[in-house]
Amino acid sequence: MSDHLIEARDLRVSYGGRVVAEVPRLDVGAGECVAIVGESGSGKSTTLLSLLGLTQNAEISGQVRVCGVDVLTASPRALRELRGARAALVMQSPHAALSPATRLGVLMRRALKLHGVRDVDRTMARAMEEVLLDRELLRRYPHEVSGGQAQRFAIALAIALGAEVILADEPTSALDVTVQAEVVGVLRRLRAERDLALLLVSHDLALVSTIADRVLVMKDGAVVESGPAATVLAEPSHPYTRELLEALP
Amino acid sequence: MTTETRTPETQPLRRTLPRIPDRFAAFGAVLIVVVVLAAVLAPWLAPYPVDDPRPLERLLPPSGAHWFGTDQVGRDVLTRILYGGRTSLFIAVAVLAVSALAGVTLGVVAGYAGGWIRDVIMRVTDVFLAFPALLLSLALAVVLQPGVNTVILAIAVTWWPWYTRLAASMAASIATRPYVDAARCLGVPAPLIILRHVLPNSLTPVLVQLSLDAGGVILTSAALSYLGLGAQEPTAEWGLMVQQGQTLFTTNWWVVTFPGLAILVTAFAFNVLGEGLRNALDPRRAVK
Repeated sequence: MSDHLIEARDLRVSYGGRVVAEVPRLDVGAGECVAIVGESGSGKSTTLLSLLGLTQNAEISGQVRVCGVDVLTASPRALRELRGARAALVMQSPHAALSPATRLGVLMRRALKLHGVRDVDRTMARAMEEVLLDRELLRRYPHEVSGGQAQRFAIALAIALGAEVILADEPTSALDVTVQAEVVGVLRRLRAERDLALLLVSHDLALVSTIADRVLVMKDGAVVESGPAATVLAEPSHPYTRELLEALP
Repeated sequence: MTTETRTPETQPLRRTLPRIPDRFAAFGAVLIVVVVLAAVLAPWLAPYPVDDPRPLERLLPPSGAHWFGTDQVGRDVLTRILYGGRTSLFIAVAVLAVSALAGVTLGVVAGYAGGWIRDVIMRVTDVFLAFPALLLSLALAVVLQPGVNTVILAIAVTWWPWYTRLAASMAASIATRPYVDAARCLGVPAPLIILRHVLPNSLTPVLVQLSLDAGGVILTSAALSYLGLGAQEPTAEWGLMVQQGQTLFTTNWWVVTFPGLAILVTAFAFNVLGEGLRNALDPRRAVK
């Protein structure tokens, strides 16, 4: 087996016979960032969720290995371990992803205990430091922190759990431009320092161009173009990619 | 229920709950406090012993010695009302506690799990809802020994399905929220997700429903007692007092009127408070 942390072959996700995403090949290695771009409804988020087996009521075929776990055939227990500890999902709307009645610190502590992390306090403190958040935030409820803080907390949670892979679904699109830069900065630094594999779903080509090594362009559930980010974004070969690029302000 | 600390650390549940939102609801809350205090402090407030028939003082009209008069066996009506509040409020609290506990538990499981689990739970719920509530309560109360516990059981049996429905619909919508996905994604087992995320975030409308229902339960228990199926002599209970006094209405109006007013005021107070809470928690106003 290769050393890719995410590896998908002939992935096909369909709902009731209608194919919503089809990805012939997707590899993300350690320390690498791959971005899936495309407009709303192009199947990019579905692809991301299917990699962790999180699509509900969907039929998935093909082969998916994440951190060496065969996602489509793994036991629920193996999947739970994978999702929590090794592959983390960062969602689009950071506030919506945090249970409103739970303090951030309580949430993180429970997650760490659930996955048997030892030395919980130290781990929490270090993870918060890594994403440049004050530890005081752990005492707050989600509605008491900003969107950027909430998103960085989500990343801190992933790090605290020891994630090797971060799958991020539009991680910055719900944030202000300045806050976006913070979050992207944190992601980029962690990727370098920790050799994280990063799979990013975004329609924000400006963001993608600053962080991604390789790009997959999806349209209507199919990959229309893929390759190194520099090439795809500089010399798009598919008309749809050109359209996306021209739509940039 | 009356005080509200406004530190930045307030919990979200409390954050969305009162400050009592409007004067009408605040009035209801004050009334409830008065009724509860009167019931709790009955042994100290009551001017006479609760069960102290004095045949020579039968059916005395309201006076300085007996503010609300005396009943057909010469007991002080005010005293009986104060003690009766204990019975009625205890019944209301017990019924709602049992109903909410059973109903909400089943509801969040049904709402979160979906599929056949939800179908089974909701169909059972529907069966209970298919009977007219009062009729089902009556049937149960007739079969069992009359008494306070019977009233509680008989009403709770007809009351829990509403909480199941309410909690199920809340839980079903919360189950699709991203933070539940996130928890699932973190590998949190389903029972823990229900307990820690679905349940606490489903509770707000349940609280509103509880305060709206308290009045209804008191009325229903009064109705059962009125029909002789609830609290029995010498227990003081408002419905029972109304029943015993009704034949005297034309001649000795105070025997039936004052306990009737107690029922009315309490039910009314819970209703306006519940209504106020519902308005305060209306998502169109609460969204920020």
